Amino acid sequence: MLAALHAARAAARASARLPRARRALSLALAAGSVAVALAGCSPIQPWVKPYQREHLADPIMSFDRHPASSAYLDHVYAVRQAARGGTGAEGGGCGCN
Amino acid sequence: MQLMMRGRRGSARGHGRAWLAVAFFALYSAPTLTGVLPEDTAEGLYDHYSGDDQVIEGKTWLIRKKFGDKFDVQYSRATDVVSGASVDVRITGASPYIEQRTEDNVSMQYLHDKTTYTVGFIHSYEPDYTSNTTTYSVSQDMFGDLTTVSMTYKREWDDIFKMIKECGTSASPCPADDFVKVHDPAFGRKRMDERSYGFGLTQILSRNAILAINYDLITDEGFISNPYREARYLDPTVARGWSLEPEIYPGTRTSNAIGGDFKYYLPYRAAVDLQYRYYEDTFGVHAHTVQLSYTQPWRNWTFDASARYYIQSQADFYSDLFPFAGSQNFVTSNQDLAAYHSYSFGVGATYQFGIPHAPWIERSTANIRYDRLMTDYQNFRDWLLANPAAGINPGEEPLFSLRANIYEIYLSLWF
Repeated sequence: MLAALHAARAAARASARLPRARRALSLALAAGSVAVALAGCSPIQPWVKPYQREHLADPIMSFDRHPASSAYLDHVYAVRQAARGGTGAEGGGCGCN
Repeated sequence: MQLMMRGRRGSARGHGRAWLAVAFFALYSAPTLTGVLPEDTAEGLYDHYSGDDQVIEGKTWLIRKKFGDKFDVQYSRATDVVSGASVDVRITGASPYIEQRTEDNVSMQYLHDKTTYTVGFIHSYEPDYTSNTTTYSVSQDMFGDLTTVSMTYKREWDDIFKMIKECGTSASPCPADDFVKVHDPAFGRKRMDERSYGFGLTQILSRNAILAINYDLITDEGFISNPYREARYLDPTVARGWSLEPEIYPGTRTSNAIGGDFKYYLPYRAAVDLQYRYYEDTFGVHAHTVQLSYTQPWRNWTFDASARYYIQSQADFYSDLFPFAGSQNFVTSNQDLAAYHSYSFGVGATYQFGIPHAPWIERSTANIRYDRLMTDYQNFRDWLLANPAAGINPGEEPLFSLRANIYEIYLSLWF
């Protein structure tokens, strides 16, 4: 405990010796950290309100309008190319001869 | 999120009026309400692939049905009939063949508040390849339904066999019609296990833009290579100048893939979609995939166009022509592990129509799609053209290229 107090005082003395600009930067960083921490305590407000999602609800904005077709095309590529995953699709088997 | 958005979209589409869609969203996004499951859907698809002397015809049936507001079941069956074999398999002397693959896929979703739990099972069967996969997934909507986070774990068990021809009768010589294909007892049964860990994030960025990010770590262990493929090496003792040796792969393979999908709604009711994926694995393969898609509705029609570019580097132990037999501890001449790039272009059209005397069908669409796949290999050659007597030595043959046509015709119903 005492050692920790000594270390803290030494750090404070070192901080006092810092040039003014570095101290200002340290203060700004500390203030930013506090602000971020406090923001984390308050609920995040949706920046796109439910009544503003009409365009996102349009069928043309679906990531996967036709699941059977997209699963088939994913399989075609998966058996002819080394890369796999990263698309959110799934499948099984080989069919790769 | 993706599933939830689909459900919402469907409802808005069914009523056909924007204000109803807005009211629908307002209701579903109220703090006391929960997420929604996807709409009830049925799809039937016929597909046809032709390229490199290989023809694959397939049919897929998919049905998705809700039971109450919290439970949903999806089942699909896909059947492929493959005629012929890819070039590196043909080169080994394999005769053209016809083979059928059947895949059954069933999954169940349970919705609790804003959390969706999914459990799935996939069974795929070919005479020489059987695969069973279980899938477990959980997704959570948060931040006013702007964000959805999902995690997926998949476990796959594969059994691999090698087919050989055997005479079905005791006649000698065996009549051509009496040959049957059986499992090669010398090869036996090999195992391959796969584990997959996935993480997904879908984020609404603005009233016109949405972004999805998916990451997958996949690890394989066991017999990873193909029993029919062989590696090529220089052999001056034979007339054609090369011979074949068995492929030898490492016993494990681990890959990382991260992909992003950005979709934007254009002011005149059209959508543009930009996808990118980076891939790397312990075989030394690095790959980039970029795809740009455009969707344009017009009256009862919706038109789609897409362009996809794929490029990969070769695996560390790949060579089109090894200097001699047994030159490395791991060897492969598998074209899929060569360095190459690939372009594909696709166009599709969807026509929405009503079905008389079937009021339980909310809407239906007939769809057609065509894709052209063009792959140019940078270090995989057309081995069959080697002819030292004519001055074409092994390693000097023209580079191989693949041109394939892919057709799809399908019907979709929402009920």
